[in-house]
Amino acid sequence: MSLRRIFLLPASLVTIGLFLVPMTIVLAYSLMTRGPYGGQGLPLTLENYQRFFDPLYGEILLRSFWIAGETTILCLILGFPLAWYITRSGPRRDLLLQLVMLPFWTSFLVRTYAWVFLLRDTGLFNTILMATGIISQPLPLLYNHGAVLLGLVYTSLPLAILPIYSTLERLDYSMVEAAADLGAKPITTLFKVILPIATPGLRAAAFLVFVPSLGTYLTSDLLGGGSTILIGNLVQNQFTTARDWPFGAAASLILMAIVLVGLWAVTRNGEDVL
Amino acid sequence: MGLFALRFDAMADVLTLTGVSKIFPTHRAVDDVHLSLPTGEFHALVGPSGCGKTTTLRMVAGFEIPTTGTVLLEGQNVADLPPYERNVSTVFQSYALFPHLTVRQNVEFGLRRKSATNIDDKVAEVLDLVQLTGKEDRLPAKLSGGEKQRAALARSLALAPAVLLLDEPLSALDPNLRQQVRLELKALQRRVGITFLMVTHDQEEALTLADRITVMNKGRVEQTGTPHEIYLKPATPFVAQFLGDMNWIGKMGLRPEATRISKTPTENSTPATIIHSTFLGNFIHIRAQIKTNETLTIEVSRFDQSYQPGDEVHLWWRKEDELHFQ
Repeated sequence: MSLRRIFLLPASLVTIGLFLVPMTIVLAYSLMTRGPYGGQGLPLTLENYQRFFDPLYGEILLRSFWIAGETTILCLILGFPLAWYITRSGPRRDLLLQLVMLPFWTSFLVRTYAWVFLLRDTGLFNTILMATGIISQPLPLLYNHGAVLLGLVYTSLPLAILPIYSTLERLDYSMVEAAADLGAKPITTLFKVILPIATPGLRAAAFLVFVPSLGTYLTSDLLGGGSTILIGNLVQNQFTTARDWPFGAAASLILMAIVLVGLWAVTRNGEDVL
Repeated sequence: MGLFALRFDAMADVLTLTGVSKIFPTHRAVDDVHLSLPTGEFHALVGPSGCGKTTTLRMVAGFEIPTTGTVLLEGQNVADLPPYERNVSTVFQSYALFPHLTVRQNVEFGLRRKSATNIDDKVAEVLDLVQLTGKEDRLPAKLSGGEKQRAALARSLALAPAVLLLDEPLSALDPNLRQQVRLELKALQRRVGITFLMVTHDQEEALTLADRITVMNKGRVEQTGTPHEIYLKPATPFVAQFLGDMNWIGKMGLRPEATRISKTPTENSTPATIIHSTFLGNFIHIRAQIKTNETLTIEVSRFDQSYQPGDEVHLWWRKEDELHFQ
C-alpha cells in the first residue's frame, strides 16, 4: 500500500463508517413498512414518500424554507457590516474575531435555554419592562415565530460573519480608494465594488446559515413551543413520539434531496460554494 | 485627441500645496510642505521610505485630510473634500483594477460616476492611447503586468483629471519591462499634456521621467528643482547623498564620476592607495584611500582596467565639481 493510501485510509473509514453506512440504513428504513406497534419491516414500499405530499407537510416544508430564508437574509445584513468593521479595526481584529467565536465555547443547548429565561413572561425583559411601568401585562416574547427567528439568527450569525470576513480581509483596500478616486460615493462603492468582490463569501455564508437553519429542530422546539413545527421537528417526532421511523427516514431524505438539488442549481456555473 | 484638447492652455499653477502638514497619532508624517506644479509638468516626489512622499500624494488624492495647510487645485482649496469630489485621479501601486469588471468596464467606471457623455468614444480613445485596443473584454486577471499598468493608466486618463497621481507606478513591473514602460509613460504624458505627480523611491526613475523633482526627508521638502539642479547643485548633503553616489572629503562633496584618477601626479592632485575594485559591467568602481583616511569612489570606464588594488595613484578633480554645503 502506498503512503498516500495509508494517510487517506482513516478519513475514508470515517466517511464510510459514519456517513455512507448510516445513510444506507436511513434509505433502507424509508422503504420499509411501519409495524403495528412501532418498529419496521417488510414489505418494501414507496408509501412513506407518497405520504409526504400531503398539504399539511407541504405547509411545514414551506414554513421551514421561509424561516431559513429569513434567517439567512438577516444574518447577511447583520453579518456584513460587522465583518467589514472587524476587517478595518487594525490591531483589535484578532480580539473581535475571538469574540465572534466565543459563543461556540458554550453549549448550543445552554445558549438557547438562556433565551427562554430572557424572553418568557417572568423573564428578564418582561420583568424590567413591567418594573419600569412601560407595560402592565407581559409581552408574548416567547413561543412564536419571532422567537424562533431570533434564536436562529443568534446561533447562525458567527457562521455568516466568518466567511464574509475571510473574503473582505483579502480585499485590497486600494480598490475602495480607487472607487472613491474615480468619483464613486461610499454607497456606490459598496454596491459596485465591495459587494461584487465579496460575493463568494456572501454565498458561502448564505449556505452555512441556510442549510442548518432548514433542518433545525431544537431552536424551534425550545423557543417556538408547539406553535412552530418545522421539518426538523417533524422528522424528530417520527423517530420519538410518533414511532414511525420509515416516514421519518423518508422525510429526512426528501429534505436532503431538496437541499442537494438547490446546491447543484447554484453551483452548476462552475462556481465554488465554499 | 478630443479628450485632452483643453489641457494645453498655459494656465498658472494647477496644483499648489501651502504649509501642508499631516500629524498622525504616533508621528508627524508631513511637515510644512510647499509645492507648486505648473500645468503640464511631470513632477516626481522622491525620498526614502517613510519620508512622507506617499502621505503627501494621498492628501492631494483626498485619502488623507491635511492637519494644517491648503491644497489648491485649479484655484480651489480641496484640502477637506472627499476623493470623489476632486478632479484628480490616482494610478495605484497595486493598480487596484476591479477584478470583477472587464478592462472596458474598469475604464467606464469613472466616466459613469461623473455622468460623462460619449462614453464609448472616450473609452476607445484612451484604450488606443495606452495600446490596449482589442483587450477591452478581458478581466484584469487575464492581463500581463504591463497591460494591467496601462489599464490602470487608461482608467485614470479617461477622466482627463487636472492632475494625475502615480504611486510608484513602475515598481510592480519586472526590471526589463520597466525601462521600456518608463519611456512610454514619458511620451504619453507629453502627448496628453496632463500634469503628472509621481511618487517614487527610485532615483533613476525620477531623473529620467520628471521635469522637476522634489526631494523629501523626514516629512520635509529638502529641495525642488530640475533633475540637473538636483544632481549638480544639491541644496543639502541629504539630497546629494540620495540622488547619485557621493564622496565626502571633510564637508566637501564630490561625485564619483567627477573624481579623476591618474598614475602620475598632476597639479593639485592627492596621493591615494587603491583598496578595492568592483566590476559593474559598463563601469568599474575603484575605492581608494587618501592621506586623511577618507575612502573615495572613482568611476572609470570598463576599458580602463589597469588599476589594481594596492596601486599608489593620484586623485584630482575640477574646482567647479566640488559641492559645498552650509
